[in-house]
Amino acid sequence: MATATPPSVPIHATPPPRVVGVSWRRVDRVGVALCWAAGLLLCAIAAAIVIFMLIQGLKYLKPSLLTSHPVSDTDQSKTGGFLDPLIGTLLLTVLGTLIALPLGVVTAAWLTEYGRPAWFARAVESGIEIVAGTPSIVLAIFGLLIFQQHVFSFLSFTAQGNAVFGRSFLTAGSMMALIALPLIFGSTREALNAIPAHVREASYALGKTKIATIRRVLLPSARTGIGTGTALGMGRIAGDTAIVVILLGATLQLDPEGSIPALRTLTGTGGTLTSYVYNNSPAGEGNAPQKAYAAAFVLLLMVLALNFAIDAVARGRRTRWSR
Amino acid sequence: MALAGLTRPWTDRRAERTLGAVASIVLVLIATMVVFVLAKAWPSFAHNGLRWFGGGGNVDDQLKAIFNSPADPNKYIYTLHAWPLLYGTALTTFLAVGAGLVFATLAAIFIVEFAPPRARAVLEPVVRLLAAVPSVIYGLIGILVLVKFVGEHLISEGRKASVIYVIQLSGSSLLVAVVILTVMITPIMIAIIVDALRSVPRGWVEGSAALGANRWRTMWTISVRVARPAIVAAAVLATARALGEAIMLSMVSGSVGFAPNPLDGLTFFFEPTRPLAATIVDNAEGLSVKPFGQTIYAFAAVLLVSSLFLSLGGWAAKQPLKRYAVRT
Repeated sequence: MATATPPSVPIHATPPPRVVGVSWRRVDRVGVALCWAAGLLLCAIAAAIVIFMLIQGLKYLKPSLLTSHPVSDTDQSKTGGFLDPLIGTLLLTVLGTLIALPLGVVTAAWLTEYGRPAWFARAVESGIEIVAGTPSIVLAIFGLLIFQQHVFSFLSFTAQGNAVFGRSFLTAGSMMALIALPLIFGSTREALNAIPAHVREASYALGKTKIATIRRVLLPSARTGIGTGTALGMGRIAGDTAIVVILLGATLQLDPEGSIPALRTLTGTGGTLTSYVYNNSPAGEGNAPQKAYAAAFVLLLMVLALNFAIDAVARGRRTRWSR
Repeated sequence: MALAGLTRPWTDRRAERTLGAVASIVLVLIATMVVFVLAKAWPSFAHNGLRWFGGGGNVDDQLKAIFNSPADPNKYIYTLHAWPLLYGTALTTFLAVGAGLVFATLAAIFIVEFAPPRARAVLEPVVRLLAAVPSVIYGLIGILVLVKFVGEHLISEGRKASVIYVIQLSGSSLLVAVVILTVMITPIMIAIIVDALRSVPRGWVEGSAALGANRWRTMWTISVRVARPAIVAAAVLATARALGEAIMLSMVSGSVGFAPNPLDGLTFFFEPTRPLAATIVDNAEGLSVKPFGQTIYAFAAVLLVSSLFLSLGGWAAKQPLKRYAVRT
């Protein structure tokens, strides 16, 4: 799933001449031409998406949209902005990350540093892979099933007739954590694996226990990797729609439920930018493409920032382990 | 006692157990997921038997009948022949993975071998960008731009009239769904294939070059062949992703439980369909109606079991790669 492909050493020590040879057979030339076409097409698609979204975003995004609450109305000029979905996205992303981060880091640390018995370690490893491969729509619908059990009634609200609603920021956040988990786990493990053995041995030689080494030496050294994984995970959470539609209710405004002031929003339903875009597209009920474009533009900016900004920050800070 | 234990530094034994316990949460979760979803879905499968997977009747009418079944548990309606939905899922997935595989392999070869350094510097962020764009944005562009374009310019009136008694062609079609799905899954495949191509042992490549094979030949006959397991693994992972794509497909595929007919010639690509995942999203409001909810969970169960097998398949496909120490 890792889409980052760090520039590595080119295969050829001395690169062969860059020009396609005159003596090449026609088949070979066609092959090279197709490769060029694929590469250029890829760039063209990306450019088209970014430029199109930029134009639509700049055309329809007004500052007032970001600060006003959405209102349900048939007249498009009165439907307000998307402050609530924006808060929803931030809230859900933070919630999901808060759950996924400790889980992913601890699992990765256990797997790389302990990992005994071996069969169990392999099972955990493939378990994470299975979670990564499970469609988010299945996670969402499974979450609904689980959180409608009475044991979890404190996470959402109980309707009349003693039926647990199962939809809230808390329940959606915990399923969102599963989407971010494989990414956080993967990059943490990669970072831990990249730390050479002599660093651990030095720590043991000073009389540190294994767990102390993990906490004081290994995890601090791996924090760039952990940060990158977290950012990727946050981007994934912010961009997911299926869980929001099914587990958060995808309502227009935040609807707090319950009586405890701070927790009311968390146990209530709401919407995010993704569900706002979905509902305002021709596929949803709102059908206000301009609002959808504006919200999608904000969402795209957020997700791309999460994907690229961290990179720039992390670039200079990589710990080097040369002796 | 317990409090004192928390403040003292952990012994290694205890740390190992605690960390291991946290790690096993994932396994518990998967087990719970499989058990709960299958148990909830069981009535739908049990009532229909193997015919659940077969065709017959209009699947949308069947779903409506299930939704409107009487409140008496003994009179619940479960009859469902889900073939159009399964077929729609398979069709979108395989067409997109097939197209994406060719595209991704060529693009990966380009990135690794033929791209000038400057183009490579552009392509890497481009691949990441395409992977990062949320599916709802792909869906939005699809429904507002591509669907409109296909509906207005590519489908002629004659073509619309030719199938009007079966299905209405509006532009929301298999074609748009497959095109966008291909764009969505290609970056995943490119990332994996590039990694594998880069880790082909250098001696082999150099040996081929020394024997006089040109760069394309070397790439095609040595590197791509060595990376074949990675290409399979990439296809498997992409299949899992395409299978589970719900939001984008529900936006652009037309949301009609219709099985596009390849015998219609080109019209086939303009016919609407609706894969399983999109069906779940479209019908999420009905989950509280008991028999209907169970039917929806049956769809989820099919997706869950397929993705379990794909994870297994992906794991198996990646095994030969371990020889070259490729991490995917």
